[in-house]
Amino acid sequence: MSEKKLTQSDLKSIFIRSNLHQGSWNYERMQALGYCYAMIPAIKRLYKGEDQKQALKRHLEFFNTQPFVTAPILGINAAMEEEKANGADIDDGAINGVKVGLMGPLAGVGDPIFWGTLRPVLAALGATVALGGSILGPLIFFIGFNIVRLAVRWFGIKIGYEKGTNIVKEMAGGALQKITEGASILGLFIMGVLVNRWTTINVPVVVSEITNQAGETVTTTVQNVLDSLLPGLLPLLFTFLCMKLLKKKVNPIWLIFGIFAIGIIGYALGWLA
Amino acid sequence: MEINFLQIILIFLVALIAGIGSVLDEFQTHRPLVACTLTGLILGDLKTGIIIGGTLEMLALGWMNIGAAMAPDAALASVISTIIVIAGKQDINSGIALAVPLAAAGQVLTIFARTITIFFQHQADKYADTGNFKAIEACHILALFVQGLRVAIPSLIVAMFVGTDAVQNMLAAIPEVVTRGLQVGGGIIVVVGYAMVINMMEAKHLMPFFFLGFTFAALSQLNLVALGIVGVVSALIYLELNPKFNKTAIVQANTAATAQADDELDDELD
Repeated sequence: MSEKKLTQSDLKSIFIRSNLHQGSWNYERMQALGYCYAMIPAIKRLYKGEDQKQALKRHLEFFNTQPFVTAPILGINAAMEEEKANGADIDDGAINGVKVGLMGPLAGVGDPIFWGTLRPVLAALGATVALGGSILGPLIFFIGFNIVRLAVRWFGIKIGYEKGTNIVKEMAGGALQKITEGASILGLFIMGVLVNRWTTINVPVVVSEITNQAGETVTTTVQNVLDSLLPGLLPLLFTFLCMKLLKKKVNPIWLIFGIFAIGIIGYALGWLA
Repeated sequence: MEINFLQIILIFLVALIAGIGSVLDEFQTHRPLVACTLTGLILGDLKTGIIIGGTLEMLALGWMNIGAAMAPDAALASVISTIIVIAGKQDINSGIALAVPLAAAGQVLTIFARTITIFFQHQADKYADTGNFKAIEACHILALFVQGLRVAIPSLIVAMFVGTDAVQNMLAAIPEVVTRGLQVGGGIIVVVGYAMVINMMEAKHLMPFFFLGFTFAALSQLNLVALGIVGVVSALIYLELNPKFNKTAIVQANTAATAQADDELDDELD
């Protein structure tokens, strides 16, 4: 019996399918079906008959992580399935164990890097350019993000497949933690910048009106006082309030409706402009 | 502005792509920068589309779905706001202020879609028993289209009625206190997204960098690119100096130092 082996085109096919990873996201098993969908080329190549059905069921188990970092898990699983198909003693538990064991830690890496840093930074850059009406804004964002994303997906699958379970040891090393920490710093720094620059709160309530020596009337509003302390103080306080409420599991949509209500009431009373 | 038949079809398609992008979160076709630009292109005003995209992107920057937590949907907000501004002839800020509450309400549809896709998941289980690959693939793709339609159908409705007198009159009849109030709220709402991003990072020990960014932005004239460079440099310096990432180097330095001290002591004793 000849050895069963995945081809380069199988890996490519897994890569292409993995772009639809979250397509059937549902509350019961989240990304399970999407994971199975991406594994199908490997299952088809490696198994026949009853083994195929078993493999399909194996990959329909609960799965959820940051979508791009699924790539190395797919690669490792593909390598494990290959060994199993060639008679290695790998049970379903071992294959699922790798999935369950990696999805948590990898989400901890993928979320801050992609959702916390890469996307906000590129989006902020793109939006700044787009405000001038230039098509370069959307292009910087779209092309920049997708180049990184596709590279992570392709090399993740490839390296995961080539190194198999060995990669787990390597990932536990400092490099990945270092990248995550560095990205988080940039992400948080930019969040600080945006809380200051991209928010507008103006409290036009007049504190004092004095006529200066030149005979001009100088009005001081609450906002003037706040700005002289530190520009952006109110948005900062609002940010902390939102963080607190979100941690208490308040739905962000209610926060948005709440702030709209504050806006309308505040404007009607003349407290906000 | 009346939207013609071809435009309505094209808006449906763009909204479908945006909706698909929204659940996948891969290509980012649901982000305002992309979805507003495409909608603007269809409505014959690319430039306004891009500007709406930039404006709404600022607002929606931190909106994301992590695990089962839901943010309002950027896809729906993007398509609807662009239609309201270009075809409904509203100014950009009011258009966005009107679209965001609609999109937030539309999130009910997301919950609905993510619940009915459980059905496809169960169908897939059945087809796994018979080893039917094609059917399993179909389950996945059909679920994806449900997500696309979730955005495409409401967008289609808005596109069909926005040009009508009834809707135009309704838009015109919204009292100023509401539109202005929504705009005031819009200036604050951005912080919800930022708060989501900061919470997601869950890194208390790195919060000083948030305050550093805040203060740099408050008290300098640096633009975003320059501030980005300051951020990158801060990160590099932190990583370089942090003992956590330089354990081996420190241990070596220590042993070298002790060895040297021992030598000196030995020399003295001699």
